[in-house]
Amino acid sequence: MPQSVTEAVGSTPTRPSPRRQGLWLRGAVRAGVAASSISRNVGLGAGAIIGGRVTMALAPSALAGLAAGRQVVLVTGTNGKTTTAHLLAAALRTVGPVAHNATGANMPDGAVAALMADPAAPVAVLEVDELHLADVADAVAPAVIVVLNLTRDQLDRGSEVRSVAAAVSAALAAHPDTVVVANADDPMVVWAVGATARVVWVAAGSRWTGDANACPRCGGTVHRDRGGGAWRCGCGLTRPVPDWTAGSASTVTGGRVIALPLRLPGSFNVGNAAVATATATALGLDPDVAAAAMSTTSEVAGRYAMTTLHGRRARMLLAKNPAGWAETLHLLGEHPVLLAVNAREADGRDSSWLWDVPFENLVSRHVVASGERAADLGVRLTYAGIDHTTVPDPIAALDALPPGPVDVAANYTAFHRIRRRIDTERGSAE
Amino acid sequence: MNGRDALSIAVLLPDVLGTYSDAGNAVVLAQRARWRGLDADIVPVLADDTPPAGCDIYLLGGGEDTAQVFAVDWLAGHRDVLGAMSGSAVTFAVCAGLQILGTTLIDGSGYSRDGLGLLDLSTAPARARAVGELVSECDVPGVGLLTGFENHRGTTTLGPDARPLGKVCSGIGNGAPHPGGAVDGAVQGDIVATYMHGPALARNPALADHLLWRATGAPFDDADMPDVPDLPALRRTYLAATGRIRATPRAARPGRR
Repeated sequence: MPQSVTEAVGSTPTRPSPRRQGLWLRGAVRAGVAASSISRNVGLGAGAIIGGRVTMALAPSALAGLAAGRQVVLVTGTNGKTTTAHLLAAALRTVGPVAHNATGANMPDGAVAALMADPAAPVAVLEVDELHLADVADAVAPAVIVVLNLTRDQLDRGSEVRSVAAAVSAALAAHPDTVVVANADDPMVVWAVGATARVVWVAAGSRWTGDANACPRCGGTVHRDRGGGAWRCGCGLTRPVPDWTAGSASTVTGGRVIALPLRLPGSFNVGNAAVATATATALGLDPDVAAAAMSTTSEVAGRYAMTTLHGRRARMLLAKNPAGWAETLHLLGEHPVLLAVNAREADGRDSSWLWDVPFENLVSRHVVASGERAADLGVRLTYAGIDHTTVPDPIAALDALPPGPVDVAANYTAFHRIRRRIDTERGSAE
Repeated sequence: MNGRDALSIAVLLPDVLGTYSDAGNAVVLAQRARWRGLDADIVPVLADDTPPAGCDIYLLGGGEDTAQVFAVDWLAGHRDVLGAMSGSAVTFAVCAGLQILGTTLIDGSGYSRDGLGLLDLSTAPARARAVGELVSECDVPGVGLLTGFENHRGTTTLGPDARPLGKVCSGIGNGAPHPGGAVDGAVQGDIVATYMHGPALARNPALADHLLWRATGAPFDDADMPDVPDLPALRRTYLAATGRIRATPRAARPGRR
């Protein structure tokens, strides 16, 4: 990276160079690499996580060792981590190699695996699960932490949104020299960022306000201006003046308009791209160069991709929680819709959230409900007044839709199960 | 029904006590009323609104600690609504909603404060959070097994004026020792409360209909009531944990409720 990167964000603590890492770490990394290639060869998956897991088991401080001497950006928040990290990595690659957990493996083992995979990259972009931010930040001494939004997701695991925000807040407070790039439109994020000194505020938008009507600081009512924008609570918590503002296909900073000609759909992704542009700029890049590099990204770990599923054109959309579903339903066109919902650990075991999703908006479309929680989804659709067919197997469910292209919207493990079926079909067709 | 044509269902503070999607209970009640030819209005009452005191059904959902404190203060400032909730109307309260209607709430730091006193129960912090599926056998005749998802850290002790909503078959429920075994929820007059999310009335249509009967004063003639096609499969999935019914019955009859 150019010198300006260090100048822009200040120096990071000195760490021993990778060359001086202990023999033990190198051995652990070698064992992890071997484990991941075994995993790949026997068809267990992409192999990244198992490699990271083996390395961490052998050398618990592997993350710190692997991050030493690199400029690390951590991206956290409920929705948009993977997309924002992909856009940011695309921008930073205009300058040099970037290590990146591109598959969305956002626990510490995924970070280890990403750093192992690109040992020479001087820069790393790591998306990090909100509840693991503190541990990962302590290990990697990040130059920048990006906080996108904090809304309800997997309440059985994270318990409550406000306690997730408190965990993020503690992680940020432990790194006062780190630059924080944060969403000024989300009161929960603003509360979590608190008095952090070095903040770049981005008005990235927030269609979902269901978790921040009650002020995270005092429990009172957050008042919003009609048409979005400013918000404030009587206790004094208020929207900071943004340094960057996302528009419909651009972002503005200091009167300068940066075009964002994205190939990803939706206003939500314009917000993500505005955050990525602000972050790249904080790292010393020219914002127009960063924005141009982002315009090449057309899918993100299989999300938004047009693919062939069981002989049909299918657009793959991932939505994990009410905020994500609200954005995703907004993207749907006139095509028939295949919905797939699971409730495994990675999805959250409690499927109550289905009742926060405005499925009423699907009226007049052909809809099929699938996934391991197809019955929960079907009950929700019936009460929403949406005619549908319920077929638990998502591939078999396609046959219940009229011929032609379909939109597929699925939550986390349901999405990945369908992706694996696509890969299998593709493999057998070759 | 307070002399009007439409059943009015107030969702109290969905902006504050909306964390666990319990507002879905209002959708279920309204649709089940409409399917029987009865008009129903859902009235969301936000923190900045003045709550109407003349609704037929009042709903309270779950929320976080600061939200609970806010909700107690807010409701305490609207005595006419509290009067309706414990008087002419039917009230259904879930999780934090149950806790704030009790007499005493002790928070995680040990600070004790008064609840609204509509239910004879008190809640203290539990040692561990109760997170998972909860199944109970409902004490209300004809309702049967209840299923829901609990996610709370309260231990709720019932006083003599409150009866449990059901006996726990699996899961934690109220968490406090109770004569005859673990129980979930509370019933006192026309107030019904539970720790079950899901939302509870989506998973348990018999409980929804029980509340509608209480609110309208008479059981429905259900000849025209349509089936909710996926409900039998949903209930089979969640009730299988109790061992009372098989996960995949040999002769499942789709559409039979």
